[in-house]
Amino acid sequence: MTETAGFWLPVVWALLAATAIFLYVCLDGFDLGIGILFLKEKDHDHRNLMVNTVAPVWDGNETWMIFGGAALYGVFPVAYGTILPALYLPILFMLLALILRGVSFEFRFKSESPMSQFFWDSSFCGGSIVAAFMQGVILGTLVQGIKIENNVFVGSSFDWFTPFALFCGLAVVIGYALLGATWLLWRCEGELHDAMRRISFVLGGLMLVTIALVSIWTPMLHTTYMQHWLDMPQLALVAPVPVAVVVLAAALFLGLRNPRSHLLPFIATLGLFFLCFSGLGINVWPYIVPPTITIWQASSPPESQTFLLVGTMFLLPLILSYTAYSYYVFRGKMSAGHHYH
Amino acid sequence: MFGLSALFLARFQFAFTVGFHIVFPAFSIGLAAYLAVLEGLWLKTGRSAYLDLFKYWLKVFSVVFGMGVVSGLVMSYEFGTNWSAFSQKAGPILGPMLAYEVMTAFFLEAGFLGVMMFGLNRVGKGLHFAATCMVSIGTLISMSWILSSNSWMQTPRGYRIDEATGRFLPVDWWQIVFNPSFPYRIVHMGLAAFLCVAFIVAGVAGWHLLKARREGHQASEQVRLMFSMAMWMAAIVSPIQVLAGDTQGLNTLEYQPAKIAALEGDWESESRAPEILFGIPDMESETTRYKIAIPYLGSLILTHSLDGKVPGLKDFPKEDRAYSPLLFFSFRIMVALGMLMVLVGLWSLYLRWKGKLYDTPLLHRVALFMSPAGFLALLCGWVTTEVGRQPFTVYGLMRTADSVSPIALPSIATSMIAFIVVYFIVFMGGITILLRTFAEEPHPGEHGPAEDQPQRAAGTTQVSHQPPSGPTAGAGMAE
Repeated sequence: MTETAGFWLPVVWALLAATAIFLYVCLDGFDLGIGILFLKEKDHDHRNLMVNTVAPVWDGNETWMIFGGAALYGVFPVAYGTILPALYLPILFMLLALILRGVSFEFRFKSESPMSQFFWDSSFCGGSIVAAFMQGVILGTLVQGIKIENNVFVGSSFDWFTPFALFCGLAVVIGYALLGATWLLWRCEGELHDAMRRISFVLGGLMLVTIALVSIWTPMLHTTYMQHWLDMPQLALVAPVPVAVVVLAAALFLGLRNPRSHLLPFIATLGLFFLCFSGLGINVWPYIVPPTITIWQASSPPESQTFLLVGTMFLLPLILSYTAYSYYVFRGKMSAGHHYH
Repeated sequence: MFGLSALFLARFQFAFTVGFHIVFPAFSIGLAAYLAVLEGLWLKTGRSAYLDLFKYWLKVFSVVFGMGVVSGLVMSYEFGTNWSAFSQKAGPILGPMLAYEVMTAFFLEAGFLGVMMFGLNRVGKGLHFAATCMVSIGTLISMSWILSSNSWMQTPRGYRIDEATGRFLPVDWWQIVFNPSFPYRIVHMGLAAFLCVAFIVAGVAGWHLLKARREGHQASEQVRLMFSMAMWMAAIVSPIQVLAGDTQGLNTLEYQPAKIAALEGDWESESRAPEILFGIPDMESETTRYKIAIPYLGSLILTHSLDGKVPGLKDFPKEDRAYSPLLFFSFRIMVALGMLMVLVGLWSLYLRWKGKLYDTPLLHRVALFMSPAGFLALLCGWVTTEVGRQPFTVYGLMRTADSVSPIALPSIATSMIAFIVVYFIVFMGGITILLRTFAEEPHPGEHGPAEDQPQRAAGTTQVSHQPPSGPTAGAGMAE
């Protein structure tokens, strides 16, 4: 009994944690993307409109990240206690960037002088870029592996500073920007809508290139990853992925070309994110801290995992339903007539 | 580097970031409850001044809550970055509690925050009030979980220690969550949060009462209403808080006598102990210098009897003692501020009885100066309880020195500087915006952040300082 619980609980939790991280990536992805798009969109009214599409929901989006931290702490404490010291600097930069950008949501609307307006707009944009970039770096560093001995991180403070991890950072920035652009394309109309449609073409192209490069690069990092793809259950799972990428890319570009299609590009982008995410998941499975610590080795005892799982079964659907309700309340196109601040 | 150790910096950084963070949840807990009361009273009585105040304080809430979310985000990762040994050992117990906090509270707050902030015209009054209540309940649930985990670190129960790994494993979750110091802490902290907000509201109202008097007119109905509400809170809650603090003191004496000895600056255990009002405890020579003490009072306060036995620091090995000089003062500042709050509350009752609540500028001035008193007391109380837990992270079981992460000194020094710079910018920005909001008087037809369409009702005199409509107004949208 305990044997099976000891096997299955970490598996269930790994799937739940992956779901939570994926939800975070989708939800905070588009609102970080909006910040990144400030680079291109300088018009003040447009910027306000862009921010207003997420003003009622961004706190909730960010909460998924807090949940990720807390769940990791409770369910996989060994992973929590090794990944965080190993990625100390990227995590620190990400958190500071998220702080600056988070407060800018409020502050930019309330600043009165052009100077402070400029300052908070820049920190919103810069914070979003740095946060997205660091998330990519964190992901890349995990995939390339962390040096662990006896459950203690023994590498150096700059192990994350590699071409692969930095490239993953860039890929995430591009991906989030595309997610943001297609979200805005869906939620806005007029000039801003058209601008986002144009920019999505470029970002969509760039994203496909980065997906291709990361897909080639990853299996070259470890031989285990290479074997993974050729083992049977994985091969069956993985084989349709390239096909699906092509289908979704086609949907994205068709949607972008068709002026009557508003939601499709966003959905297609989410689909691409899902494929990349599950692809990476299959890659590192069953390791949570590649290449040494598996989900079972990282787990807290079954008593802890069960205690949390019981509540999660009830709470997660509840959370999803009132989150959906909040999105539903603020549905529809944002026009210049709407404003929240 | 400058004689600093990584352990010291890790502690300093954690204290700095928690100290910064704790202010905002406390503010949110108190303010969300106040907002729920205001909206409830508006719905019940139909008196529009309540709605005006609701919208006025909602603008404050949006800033405070956002700062709470982002500074809290740091905390949920800092256990791992700075205290990885601690998180690996105590994670099986504290991690699930933190995850429950996120699931039962943070999502609830954040999920309904949007509706509360921006949804008044979209969902109808009843649903909107429900959303406000959800946010308020969320803040209270959040406080319960975090205080439960903090209390477990102070008075651990319901665990066993795994011999192979040294990890704390859960045995009885009921005992873990409802550990002996939890009920006392949650009452003390909840009341503290209410008092923090009561004194901020009183200070803002006091400022506008003084301003109206200077300008030779009567303060608006809204200002008088919020001053009155804040003074009721001060009069009723501060004395209850003194009682709550006293019972928590008894609890601490039972479970953490070393903490009591350190915060009282007592070195020898004795019956009929005096209460030291002032002194400077010296850890090296094991004495408290320059003592001013009142005989018997120490025993009376701590044990509620004249010949009760009070612990001294010498009862405990040197390496198990918390740093008394800091505790001695943080505790006394907290108590003194609490007493001042009680006095302000009593004074306001007297003036209210005399019908002079709005015509006593001295009270308004005192209220203005006391506006940060709640937060100062809160921070001092937090220093007292957390520094008093030292040198342990899990009291009596795991030392702080064994809890730290294997992070190099340069990394943590870099991050410390980065934190200070960023928090300074954010704090300054936040304070500026809050002060600017406070400088505006709440007025009839108050604009919340909650309007879909600009509302231009109520009072032509107001139009002159309305912002231009629409998001195009940009920088002019401070209202």
